[in-house]
Parts: sequence; structure tokens; C-alpha cells
Amino acid sequence: MSEVRLQDAPFDPGALLTGFTTGRRASGAIVSFIGMVRDEGGSVSALELDAYPGFTETAIAGMADEAVGRFSLHDALVVHRTGLIQPGEPIVFVATAAAHRREAFEGADFLMDFLKSRAPFWKKSHEAGGPRWIEPSARDYEDAARWDALKDNR
Amino acid sequence: MRVLLFGPLRDIAGWRERSFDPPLLTLSALRARLTSEDEALGEALRAPAVQAAVDKVVVRGDCALAPGAEIAFLPPMSGG
Repeated sequence: MSEVRLQDAPFDPGALLTGFTTGRRASGAIVSFIGMVRDEGGSVSALELDAYPGFTETAIAGMADEAVGRFSLHDALVVHRTGLIQPGEPIVFVATAAAHRREAFEGADFLMDFLKSRAPFWKKSHEAGGPRWIEPSARDYEDAARWDALKDNR
Repeated sequence: MRVLLFGPLRDIAGWRERSFDPPLLTLSALRARLTSEDEALGEALRAPAVQAAVDKVVVRGDCALAPGAEIAFLPPMSGG
């Protein structure tokens, strides 16, 4: 079980977490992660995220379902902003629910690593020197690759 | 048929979505048409890292296109 939402409008992470938590009786652990847009010392005025409606949600849902299966999650929620996002605004919200904390932490960690490196978004950074398209960093790829190395263990 | 461009391809072409009527019959014919209209876009589309999706499914090589197909050209993805 998982849910993926893309939206141009800002979201309230507290309200999302309350909604995700409400009514759960079997889950002993819920982990949430909020990704924020950094201003990089004032040089970034906005991020612009381009998505392919339908295609992008399906790809992320595949990652979420893999996280659910791999970490025995009860549920996972991914909410991602698209369009123009200002520094200081949340850009992504991930929540996972599991029987115990380790699965919930690892499920959220796994999901974020895959979102950062493999999700079908195209990201433009609006900077003082002009707009610039950005690709995943070497660190983003390394973070995602460590789950392949761990796969035999879990 | 609808053609969609994403990411940097939009900046190169100056458009994000176009309709083609009459439609092109194959992906290679569509690529040739786009290249004949805009050599810079054609060159960008030939980059090995640019994928094509037909009706939201990534395809490799050439393929036949239905008249109502939605073709998307996807440059390397940035992640979220």
C-alpha cells in the first residue's frame, strides 16, 4: 500500500503527517522526512521542477511499492511539489509506517535515495548568474547504489 | 498525435507540446521531421541519454506510432 501525489501548490507537512498517522492501530512506528529548498547562501531564488504527469507518479509509485515490499512497510506516502518552489519551502514529504522503527526509518531512507537519483523530474535552479538545469550529484548516485549492495542482506 | 518535450529540450525547442496532423507513422519519421524543422532540437534528441516514451512507456529504437499516440522525449532525469 502506498500513495504518491504531485502538486504545484505548497503543502503543510504537519497536516500531512497528522493525516498519515491518524487511525493507525497496527503500526508501532511512523517516520517522516521533509526535503526543503536551500537558498545556497542567497544565490538560489527558486527551483523549478518539471514532471511528466502520469509517467512520473507511476515511476515513484513503483519505488514506493518496492520500499513497502522490501521493508515490510504498512504504508508509504510521497508528496512532491512541481513548478516553482521558493527557498524555505518544503519540496518533498515522505512518510512510512511499519510495525517497528527500523523498517520505518530504512524505508524512508531508501525511498528518499531513489527519489533523489531516479525519479523522473527535470530540475532547474534559478540563480543569480541565470537559470541552470541540474542533474543528480555523485553523492546522490552513491546513496542510491548502497541499497543494491545491501540487497542480499534484506 | 501529441509530442511532449521535457527539461532542457523545452528550452532548446522553445515549446513544450505540439500536435502533428497528419501524424507521423514511425518514431524515426517523427525524429526526421523534428530535425528538418529545427536542427538544434534534432541534435539534442539524438543524444544517447535522451529516451523516448510512447504513451508513457519508454521505447528503444524505432517503432510504429498510432495516430493518437503521445510521444515524449525525456532527457536525463534530475531526481527530486
